[in-house]
Amino acid sequence: MLNQRARAVKYGRRANNSFIVFRCADVDVLDCSVPQYNNRLDTPLPDVPFVRNLGADQKKLKEKEKGAWTSLSKEEKLALYRLSFELTYPEMKRGSGEWKTVLGGIFFFLGFTGLLVWWQRFSVFGDVPHTLSPEWVEQQTQRMLDMRVNPVHGFSTKWDYEKKQWK
Amino acid sequence: MTKKRLVMFRAAVRLSVSGVRSLTRSRPQYAAPLAARCYSHGKQETDEEFDARWVSYFSKPDIDAWELRKGMNTLIGYDLVPEPKILEAALRACRRLNDLGSAIRILEAVKDKAGPHKEIYPYLIQELRPTLNELGISTPEELGIDKA
Repeated sequence: MLNQRARAVKYGRRANNSFIVFRCADVDVLDCSVPQYNNRLDTPLPDVPFVRNLGADQKKLKEKEKGAWTSLSKEEKLALYRLSFELTYPEMKRGSGEWKTVLGGIFFFLGFTGLLVWWQRFSVFGDVPHTLSPEWVEQQTQRMLDMRVNPVHGFSTKWDYEKKQWK
Repeated sequence: MTKKRLVMFRAAVRLSVSGVRSLTRSRPQYAAPLAARCYSHGKQETDEEFDARWVSYFSKPDIDAWELRKGMNTLIGYDLVPEPKILEAALRACRRLNDLGSAIRILEAVKDKAGPHKEIYPYLIQELRPTLNELGISTPEELGIDKA
């Protein structure tokens, strides 16, 4: 028991708020058999207030709440709100900056892949076949024209056989 | 001009002319008689009956905290922004339960319910202003929690 209390002090915030936990094998386990606090846009009033274990000041404030609210200052009203609720609606809806991390990671790894591909090109791949050399391609093209490859709409129609040049 | 009219009129007025959803109801734009609708059997509740039911729910003198929470969470689950009179009854219920935090939370919740229709929330606050002043409830704007 004493051990537990010491640990509760260590996780001070968790002891005060409504994550109702119990200790099991040195780990704080959420007790799902009791109502828990939650921040949800569609549930404005959760089952339990956020702060359950009130300090002396907070108890005094709660007593003051029973009187006329017109006598409360703005800070006190805000404090009462924060006792019951962890996040305000704008805080719940606030986005994170995670997308920047994701996009940056994508670009980084794309760049890294590009480096790998470039290195591969001059370090891993051998020479291209000799049939792609300019001399070979020239002779090959001449042979295709002599054969009249695709003479109706295709390749040979682009060669002017009279003037011996491309159209 | 439509915006001004929204603020001035009571919420029960349908705004089907401008094509904008009515202020606090999302209903079909054509007000067909119930017999012609293809709903399941039984009478469909009118807006006024709906409002009256919820006002009387929150007006229970000895309402308890659970009932307040259940009522509010259910109401927020509907596809509509509650009428000022329902909210007034809910705020008074918070007062009976000595729960200022919940009162402010309710105001935040209806602002969120209005969604992209930014003219609804100022209208609600305008209608609730006497109650807010009487009970001493500050709006989220006055407390500075309307910005993240």
